[in-house]
Amino acid sequence: MAKGAKTPKPEELSKIDYSPPKTRWMETPVEFKPGTFCYGARPKYLEEVDFPNPREWASADEDWKLPENWKEIVLEGMKDRLGKYRSFQLFMDICVRCGACADKCHFYIGSGDPKNMPVLRAELMRSVYRKYFTSGGKLLGKYAGARELTYEVFKEWWYYYYQCTECRRCSVFCPYGIDQAEITIMGRELFNLLGCNTDWIAGPVANCYHKGNHLGLEPHTIQSNIEMMCDDIEEITGIRIEPSFNRKGAEILFVTPSGDLFGLPGVYTCMGYLMLFHELGLDYTWSTYASEGGNFGFFTSNEMAKRLHYKIYAEAKRLGVKYIIGGECGHMWRLIHQYLDTWHGPADFMEVPRSPITGTVFENAKATKMVHVTEFTADLIRHGKLKLDPSRNDHLKITFHDSCNTSRGMGIFEEPRYIIQNVVNHFYEMPEDTIREKTFCCGSGSGLNAGENMELRMRGGFPRANAVRHVHEKYGVNMLANICAIDRAALPTLMQYWVPEVDVCGVHELVGNALVMTGETERTMDLRLEPLPGKEDTEEEDE
Amino acid sequence: MPTIEFGGKTIEVDEEGYLQNLDDWTPELASYMAEQDGQELTQEHWDIINFLRDYYNKYQIAPMIKILVKEIKKNMGPEKGNTKYLYQLFPDGPAKQACRYAGLPKPTGCV
Repeated sequence: MAKGAKTPKPEELSKIDYSPPKTRWMETPVEFKPGTFCYGARPKYLEEVDFPNPREWASADEDWKLPENWKEIVLEGMKDRLGKYRSFQLFMDICVRCGACADKCHFYIGSGDPKNMPVLRAELMRSVYRKYFTSGGKLLGKYAGARELTYEVFKEWWYYYYQCTECRRCSVFCPYGIDQAEITIMGRELFNLLGCNTDWIAGPVANCYHKGNHLGLEPHTIQSNIEMMCDDIEEITGIRIEPSFNRKGAEILFVTPSGDLFGLPGVYTCMGYLMLFHELGLDYTWSTYASEGGNFGFFTSNEMAKRLHYKIYAEAKRLGVKYIIGGECGHMWRLIHQYLDTWHGPADFMEVPRSPITGTVFENAKATKMVHVTEFTADLIRHGKLKLDPSRNDHLKITFHDSCNTSRGMGIFEEPRYIIQNVVNHFYEMPEDTIREKTFCCGSGSGLNAGENMELRMRGGFPRANAVRHVHEKYGVNMLANICAIDRAALPTLMQYWVPEVDVCGVHELVGNALVMTGETERTMDLRLEPLPGKEDTEEEDE
Repeated sequence: MPTIEFGGKTIEVDEEGYLQNLDDWTPELASYMAEQDGQELTQEHWDIINFLRDYYNKYQIAPMIKILVKEIKKNMGPEKGNTKYLYQLFPDGPAKQACRYAGLPKPTGCV
């Protein structure tokens, strides 16, 4: 059992051994190392969403309690998906093993395990594909790079496809554009046919299905949490904000990941949204039903992602809003941008988003009717609609982490940077090869942000942390800004481990600090209730 | 499924020792869980555990840490209303350790 797996100290962990094992990869058995994999899904979570084979099992167990015909199920599942997803068929066929991807994966860089090279991670499945779906593989077997699907092979898939965060960095470097995420996604679909999910993913999926969000926050809990944030905002600004919930007829529905409604530092980001929307007098509402921007269903199967996803649109329809603004979330945006239209067709019951403040029409959101909050805010700043005092962030030296999904999944590079440059005075970029479309993953995305796989997370996050360390040492950077809730949950732990001098925040926390609000009292505290630079003494005198 | 033997009963817990069935909780069990960690529960610990349980009954989730800190500040004064105080009482972190003793499940998702 993985319990008690101690994460090695950074000094130990950074001694990464890149020498490959002596045996050939097909002959190297998978070893489940404690600290590098997640607990198996509890049966109740699978039952709640009608996933197959709910049972008590542990991923470190010998016997995974698979149905007798498990192999048929997997192969049938593969066949079905090869026919359904052209990307999957293509990526099974076209790799020329040039190796361009090999050293681009954060998990390979952090672990030195060759099976974490995207080319080999894909080969784990391609070898089985060849055996059962190509004539060459059927005839020549191993000589054609084909192998049988065995229990061991299935476990090997599981181990390595939960060591891929579907970040798609490798695809940027592949001359063919082969996207390992697509292969990992298919792998996870196949695991779910046999009930082999992780608990950390299955729990949020079940919660989201029943309560509308991953954390399982009840409507009155959401309301109470937001009211508590409003108490803090009142303490900081003297202004009482009274947001509305589930309000029919509002112009805009606002949806953010539930992490922003519960965890730190997400809550500070959420306070930033609240302050901004209040200052604008925006006619918007929160929903306690569509209370999750993220979608852990995407980490189980496309069907499940689709089931969870549409609640946002169903709620938009019910409330009769004109369009939706979405908060700082990662994979939410990949789904909106790349899947929604295929799944459900254009959301024609709404209008093309138009900023009521600037008149800007967001043509890019014509089909989805959902605007990213950084697009919305960047546009406000561009039109000079916000009064900002960046000196309130002078205690912070900021760098920006591009989240995999918003950068590679939808190309949001400029908007968050434009906002940051207008709300802070000290902004420094990390090295070119580690940002924008080449950004390094936080190491915990795609549902890997559990506790029991901490060593894996620290290894996978090492390249990102290394780049942060660089700007910390060179420029004194002490704050890592981002626009993703998994980042806000995962990066604080990563920073504490590798670069403890650096803290983590969402972009709208910085906006909230800098925003000069109508009728506010003199600010002496930032959104974390810490004294502002130069106001430390005033605080004490007041007391 | 891991279990704890206590008071002549077999109690189901998850891999990290959180109760599977919240109804299995008793104050004696909480003391026993703490004892297993080499910790004795004082009145200060109980104040927090009781608050967590009351909050859970009302909201069906553990309170966010800000709410917990605020509550302590209100009831026990500003010198204790900080995360440092909570970590002194529960070295593994209030969200994890205190929730486990209080019989609450561990939050999941983007947290």
